[in-house]
Amino acid sequence: MLGATSAIAQAAARVWAERGEELVLVGRDPEKLAAVADDLRTRGGQVETVVQDLTEDQAPLVERLGAADVTLIAHGVFGDAQRRDVDPDYAESVLRTNLIAPVRILTLLAPRLQRGACIAALSSVAGDRGRAKVGVYGASKAGLDSFLSGLRQRLQPAGVRVLTLKPGFVDTPLTANLPKNPLFASAAQIGSGIVQAVDSRRDGIVYLPWWWRLIMLVVKALPERIFKKLSF
Amino acid sequence: MLPATRPLLAYGQGRSYGDSCLNDGGTLLRTAGLDRFISLDDATGVLRCEAGITLGEILRLTVPRGLFLPVVPGTKYVSVGGAIANDIHGKNHHRKGTFGAHVRRLELLRSDGQRQQIGPGDPLFAATIAGLGLTGLITWAEIELSRISIAAIRAEAIPFAGLDEFLALSDESDAQFEYTVAWLDVFSRAQRGIFFRGDHAQGSPSAPRIRTSVPVDVPLVNGATVRAFNAAYRAAQKVGGRSRLQHWDPFLFPLDGVGRWNRLYGRRGFLQFQCVVPTREALAELLRDPPPSPLTVLKRFGGTKSPGLMSFPRPGFTLTFDLPNHGEETFARFARLEKIAIEAGGALYPAKDACMSRESFERSFPLLPEFARHLDPAFSSSFWRRVTR
Repeated sequence: MLGATSAIAQAAARVWAERGEELVLVGRDPEKLAAVADDLRTRGGQVETVVQDLTEDQAPLVERLGAADVTLIAHGVFGDAQRRDVDPDYAESVLRTNLIAPVRILTLLAPRLQRGACIAALSSVAGDRGRAKVGVYGASKAGLDSFLSGLRQRLQPAGVRVLTLKPGFVDTPLTANLPKNPLFASAAQIGSGIVQAVDSRRDGIVYLPWWWRLIMLVVKALPERIFKKLSF
Repeated sequence: MLPATRPLLAYGQGRSYGDSCLNDGGTLLRTAGLDRFISLDDATGVLRCEAGITLGEILRLTVPRGLFLPVVPGTKYVSVGGAIANDIHGKNHHRKGTFGAHVRRLELLRSDGQRQQIGPGDPLFAATIAGLGLTGLITWAEIELSRISIAAIRAEAIPFAGLDEFLALSDESDAQFEYTVAWLDVFSRAQRGIFFRGDHAQGSPSAPRIRTSVPVDVPLVNGATVRAFNAAYRAAQKVGGRSRLQHWDPFLFPLDGVGRWNRLYGRRGFLQFQCVVPTREALAELLRDPPPSPLTVLKRFGGTKSPGLMSFPRPGFTLTFDLPNHGEETFARFARLEKIAIEAGGALYPAKDACMSRESFERSFPLLPEFARHLDPAFSSSFWRRVTR
């Protein structure tokens, strides 16, 4: 689990831990990682931790992860809205974390995975169509979607599943500063949706909750001349 | 370091019925994210967890391991921090005392940034148990769990009429059963009610049925419906038989089976009155002209002393009425009950309160001056400002 201290990753990890699964948690912050690991151990998981910034040299990490049955890619930043739109270095750092890092890791990992393995990567509905409110975050997720789509085709013959997970609004630290509305889901809801998707032996694109698929169909169908005037 | 430009207050699940979990004009520190277990020692039954975790989450983890929370309130949707800050009690108060009596250690984050690990014997600990969240932010706690043979409850529902019969049943049952509580039909002149008692037992009854939920505000609770409900409820308990094997969940948390049941009281909601009085005479006086409450609950507290300076439970009878909020009329009823309880040397329960006076608060909690010395200067609540102004 990459980005294992994220609220959504933790929620999925809890379900797996309660089943007694073996988990390798990767994250930046050693203190947070230890707290998450203790929680998952208490719930019944067998847990190892790896402290690593995922934007830095990924090769040793991939070496260590080896051939996991399931690889969950859950790290990501939303970025500060004001800075994101004016500071090119900052915009690039969002792309590095959300897009470049998963691309590098999956490029290294793909050839090591065995038949039946599953890559589950957290994208977002924000990747479906760029909006002013999400800025370069949306671009990073759109790039990730496209990469995962290609990877899915490439790994299909090898029997490796690639799941693109697209949560809508989720009540997590990433969205702590946004006003909440009835479309928000809890991290626990999304976590169990992820586990369900992994269990289902499906691959492809999974919206969480499922009805975001319908919302995004409408959002994607809007003509550009109308869409550009909207402020949602 | 906590931000302290406005008064702070931890907010867990918001299940207190009054304003003790609110902080009008201040900042609420949402603890829902503090939801990690830290450790569970299967051998000793000691659980350490963060303070935002709910009692329901704990039971989900520990019941399969043969461990149960020593004290639970009427709902499992409360946080550990809230259970400590209100020093909650349950149907087994006569055996186990309050929740706080089973807390071995906790960490308190004060507004000056200090993290203090405290336990029984520390003055700050005594102030934090039942301290209404006013001594700082509880970040984690260590709780001693009870070992149970199996998760079923052998439950009995015994009809009774009048306080004499209630007292006789309490005498008999408190000695033999882990859980005892009575429900009273305030409309029956003979003071009829149902006495519930239960013990953890062998067996594996099915888990609770699928949760139903009240979808919208529908003010269904009124004099007529309560009268009908009470009669029907009494009849149903008789039909159900005197003794049955039940899953622990519906026995301990009957209201959790109906999501958002509070909507049955309509948009204005309901108010609860809960007091404890030391004598049977005071109890009789409270029940002389009872309000039309659908859930009138009566229990005799045990003699175990609570560790908290501000704990509500004390020897005597605790009585609760639930009433739809009709504004002044309801407040007037409560004021009358409050007067009876306080003059009898009783106390009101802050976790349920929306209207007690400053004087009633001070008379309910004689150790208030000692407690006040341990307040965190940056913490406050709507309740606290109301009863200390």
